[in-house]
Amino acid sequence: MAVDKATVAKIAKLARLRVPEENLDGLAGELNNILGWIEQLSELDTDGVEPMTSVVAMTPLQRDDTVTDGGRPEDVVRNAPEAVGGYFVVPKVIE
Amino acid sequence: MATLTEQTLAAARDGLATGDFSAVELTRAHIAAVEAARPLNAFITETPEKALAMAAESDKRRQAGEAGLLEGIPLAVKDLFCTEGVLTTAGSHILDGFEPPYESTVTANLWRAGAVMLGKANMDEFAMGSSNMTSFYGAVESPWRRRGDNRPLVPGGSSGGSAAVVAARCALAAIGTDTGGSIRQPASFCGIVGLKPTYGRCSRWGTVAFASSLDQAGPLTRTVRDAALMLRAMAGHDAKDSTSVNRPVPDYEAALTGDIRGLKVGIPTEYRVDGMAAEIDTLWQQGIDWLRQAGAEPVEISLPHTRYALPTYYIVAPAEASSNLARYDGVRFGLRVPGDNLSEMYEATRGEGFGAEVQRRVLIGTYVLSAGYYDAYYNKARRVRTLIANDFARAFENVDVVLTPTAPSAAFAVGEKMDDPIAMYLNDVFTVPASLAGLPAISVPAGLSGDGLPLGLQLIGRAFDEETVLKVAGVLEEGASFTAEPAFIAGRG
Repeated sequence: MAVDKATVAKIAKLARLRVPEENLDGLAGELNNILGWIEQLSELDTDGVEPMTSVVAMTPLQRDDTVTDGGRPEDVVRNAPEAVGGYFVVPKVIE
Repeated sequence: MATLTEQTLAAARDGLATGDFSAVELTRAHIAAVEAARPLNAFITETPEKALAMAAESDKRRQAGEAGLLEGIPLAVKDLFCTEGVLTTAGSHILDGFEPPYESTVTANLWRAGAVMLGKANMDEFAMGSSNMTSFYGAVESPWRRRGDNRPLVPGGSSGGSAAVVAARCALAAIGTDTGGSIRQPASFCGIVGLKPTYGRCSRWGTVAFASSLDQAGPLTRTVRDAALMLRAMAGHDAKDSTSVNRPVPDYEAALTGDIRGLKVGIPTEYRVDGMAAEIDTLWQQGIDWLRQAGAEPVEISLPHTRYALPTYYIVAPAEASSNLARYDGVRFGLRVPGDNLSEMYEATRGEGFGAEVQRRVLIGTYVLSAGYYDAYYNKARRVRTLIANDFARAFENVDVVLTPTAPSAAFAVGEKMDDPIAMYLNDVFTVPASLAGLPAISVPAGLSGDGLPLGLQLIGRAFDEETVLKVAGVLEEGASFTAEPAFIAGRG
């Protein structure tokens, strides 16, 4: 299935990426090339094959349900473009 | 001072131990080399003051009889590893000014072993690329040149800066990350050794995530022995990474016995791909001969799903990337581009902060994970990934290690292949299968192309059998006796 300009705009919206209108056509072409190339997987019969979840068989370790880190609000917000009083500041979201 | 920078890591370790030079002297020589190599653009951030302070501490520890495994050894760190209080960019505009308040586990392990940080090496943006041309901080130039041709070449990628600095003798070793070949391919292009350990061998904690089911840290060095030394210091279980494996870290150097008699070396038929340069095929045959002469037995094997590895990778990796990169939204760190509301701020920040290749992969990843396509693309790819891993599992019932070329060509010129993403992706045709299967793999410099550029051979091993991989790599290294040098070596007149 071919990706058109409107689909690229829709995916870009889902990905929260601002893509200038004039780039949509070019991107649609590139994505179609890549998806067309990926399409060769469909010739493989994978019925009954388990999708891989982990390359290395391992049993997750259990640990006590206790706090191991924290209490460092200054560290958490230190790199924020805008922070006030230990909070991240974002544009107003409530009218 | 050139002798200090042109020795191997193992030789420097021995020289420090016998007191031939101090860590401060060794570090000073390397800082000068880093400065001399600035035209390569291989570092995003140089940290000379930190390096000297670390070296001075190292000398004190040695005097106190507390020398670690890498005591006093100056290293370069790919700018994907978070380093406390030192700018960490992942080669991206979107991480502008990010100074992590914590240290990645792998770098913390290195510093605990006594190593010294020279700086943060340039890389493809978010480790997405095979040329180092996607970095926001500009392309890295390889220290190599084609014979009789002064056009700048790419060092490979994504760990391109790491590979260039080791080849140019600015650092005794560097660390990189490998998701689909990002350590092995630049090592091959730059004529050095690059090792991708088994998935889970090194902790991923504190390493900027690209594709979490594939990413693995590893060393780039000038010799196999140096790679063994580095891996021992880097590896180990980490409670902060649930995919890091809790098993003892062997003394990898002790595995370098040179004795490979009776080992079976798999030669996969499917790696003889269309359009592969004849000289690569010839080099591969030489590699087979070197191992046979050392007493190993080459065995033709089949890895039938090899040709599906790249398309599988280009679903799985972008899918994971689109999810991992969701965190870059202009709120908690890095770049913020203002917008009238929250959504517009996100879109403006990400649209400006991510480069073209990253945007392409985020879009592909979002598409293959979106409703209606998840099964057809993402789940299909995960099923094929199982088939690829099964191919290797079956092969390793009969062989101990697999020998292949590392890359289908030598390094190309800066600016080439940028207009065709798929041509660029094909660089990883031989490295991606082992990544999808989570297996350890190493690239060893094995010869030169017709125009005088390095070519590597790759060895792939069983999961957590880095010892066999390194042992065979050592024999390959000896057989190849690769002594060619790049056109540029820091510190030479």
